Amino acid sequence: MLEINNLHVKLEAEDKPILKGVNLKIGAGEVHAIMGPNGSGKSTLSYVVSGRDGYEVTEGSASLLGQELLDMEPEERAAAGLFLAFQYPVEIPGVGNMTFLRTAVNAQRKARGEEELSAGDFLKVVREKAKTLKIDAEMLKRPVNVGFSGGEKKRNEILQMAMLEPKMCILDETDSGLDVDAMKLVADGVNALRDAGRSFLVITHYQRLLDHIKPDVVHIMAAGRIIKTGGPELALEVENNGYADLLAEVN
Amino acid sequence: MAAPARKDAAREAATEARLAAMDLPKGGFTTMARAAALARVRAAGLPSKRDEYWRYTNPAELTVADGPEAALFAGQVEPQLFGARDRLVVAFTDGRFDAERSSADLALEGVEITRLAVADAVDLHWARDLYGALEADGQQPVVRPLAALNTAAATDGVLIRATGRAAKPVHLVYYHESTTSDAILHHCIRIESGAELTLLETGPAAARFSKVMEVDLAAGGRFHHVRAQGRDHSRRAITHIFTRLGAGSQFKSFTLTANGVLTRNECVIDIRGDGAVAHVAGAALGDGATGDFHHDDTVFVTHDAVGCESRQVFKKVLKNGAVGVFQGKILVKQGAQKTDGYQISQALLLDEDSQFLAKPELEIYADDVKCSHGSTTGAIDDTALFYLRSRGVSREDATALLVLSFLADAIAEIEDEGLQAEIVTRLEGWLARRRKG
Repeated sequence: MLEINNLHVKLEAEDKPILKGVNLKIGAGEVHAIMGPNGSGKSTLSYVVSGRDGYEVTEGSASLLGQELLDMEPEERAAAGLFLAFQYPVEIPGVGNMTFLRTAVNAQRKARGEEELSAGDFLKVVREKAKTLKIDAEMLKRPVNVGFSGGEKKRNEILQMAMLEPKMCILDETDSGLDVDAMKLVADGVNALRDAGRSFLVITHYQRLLDHIKPDVVHIMAAGRIIKTGGPELALEVENNGYADLLAEVN
Repeated sequence: MAAPARKDAAREAATEARLAAMDLPKGGFTTMARAAALARVRAAGLPSKRDEYWRYTNPAELTVADGPEAALFAGQVEPQLFGARDRLVVAFTDGRFDAERSSADLALEGVEITRLAVADAVDLHWARDLYGALEADGQQPVVRPLAALNTAAATDGVLIRATGRAAKPVHLVYYHESTTSDAILHHCIRIESGAELTLLETGPAAARFSKVMEVDLAAGGRFHHVRAQGRDHSRRAITHIFTRLGAGSQFKSFTLTANGVLTRNECVIDIRGDGAVAHVAGAALGDGATGDFHHDDTVFVTHDAVGCESRQVFKKVLKNGAVGVFQGKILVKQGAQKTDGYQISQALLLDEDSQFLAKPELEIYADDVKCSHGSTTGAIDDTALFYLRSRGVSREDATALLVLSFLADAIAEIEDEGLQAEIVTRLEGWLARRRKG
């Protein structure tokens, strides 16, 4: 599904290397988690893969289902099946959540040569999916993320994911700022989308999210590289001992 | 501050040259008011770019005897804005009343309507008291000679008196069909105690257009005003609204300006009655690629009563060398306690060639007031743009959505949601045409 080879990235503005040779291969239907201390490059990896400006790839490659990602515009990557759930979803005053969702869904359908969803069909689908995420009609009408609580914003990210039906989902610290109940709700939303043709990369600081979204593979990232890869037990190890031991082991 | 126009020979000569080229109407109930206005024009002289309140907008094309020609609009014609609504239409083509395009009968329940040009036939005490009166008041502390010139020279306009709740909106439609038209219209509106009127205005009106609207609100009167200044690229316009608010009255005005080589919209609000509310808002979009664009909002709000609220929300979207100007002042007089004054002016620059010039001012002589003002100039937010694109929305569509998002606060000042939606549709059309180009 997603294949990242020897990815080196620096910040354009500061000429500062952030990623120093990341290798990652996620198969179809798999759930991978990336954990790591602050500043290890986890969020940068998600931004570079999804095409945010401000980063320069100095070496390496990334591909989605065999399609080279790094030459594509962000919207092309989205149409190819990539989705990033933001750590800090952006507020867009004056643009209704529903308008935003429909614009996004139809833009992707158009890019793939599919017919646009009619207003009626769209409404039916969005209502049904919103219901399972406990997103009420009022939230759909409000401007995108404006006045949403932390939990509502994250649920709204998952709703977008559910509507867009991407193949590769990257969740950037989706658990940050959530209480236990909200986290469960978000995790249920994610789990409902798990299937053989869809893969996930879950970026998190804490093991607790992984109690709810069970990963197949756990990676530890530090100083711009993946320093260790293992099963779910690796996350528990981090939870119990912190990153210090792992970092020492590598150094 | 209140700098009276300097007396100088050049200004005097320019003023006399302009007056000499005009055919000033004489006789009738406005005779005295017109003579007084003419004296005000001569006393102040026409403005020049050396004047403090014309520093950012050169008035030369507005003051010169023969205005520049303006090509007629050649773009795709849209259905008339507000055209599908039930409303009473008064149409003017290049400043002349157009009976064919107006409603057959200018009668409306709750409202008395008369045209200025034929008002001498009827005795309208209220109009005689109002014509030129608020304009004259509005010359202090800043002179507005172009408004006085309008009072002296206006050839037509509407006199509207609302005595109850108007059964439907009055829609002033301004057509522009002559490349050399120089139109001067003056409207007087009196909202009686507890009465309510919605006034719509659309269209470019003329190659050069001068318009003064005096709105006098009695206690508890409500006035809603929504205007769109037309898509013509090469038109020039100078408009003034002078309004006086009685106790508990409400004045709300919104203006959409897309295109126009030169537009100066002045709004002078005089809050005289306790508990009155005045909101004035504007959304302007200019693209220098389809003709020069210079847009100036100049607002002066005077609080002279207790517990009143004023709100100014002005937004401009500028690209390809377009220029936006905002001059906004809140004056809170001694004794105008519990005033709530708010002012925001913001520009979204879509490239580095465009310019926004803002001059917000507060002058407060009361000690128990809440007044704030802010002005910002910025580009499209990169994070928001990436957020939308990461959902599959193209850069162009995402930019258009963010432009609408930027303008949302100004549009929200329109009370009627249906009118809001029509304005948004217009904006979407303007943005869509620029995407293709």
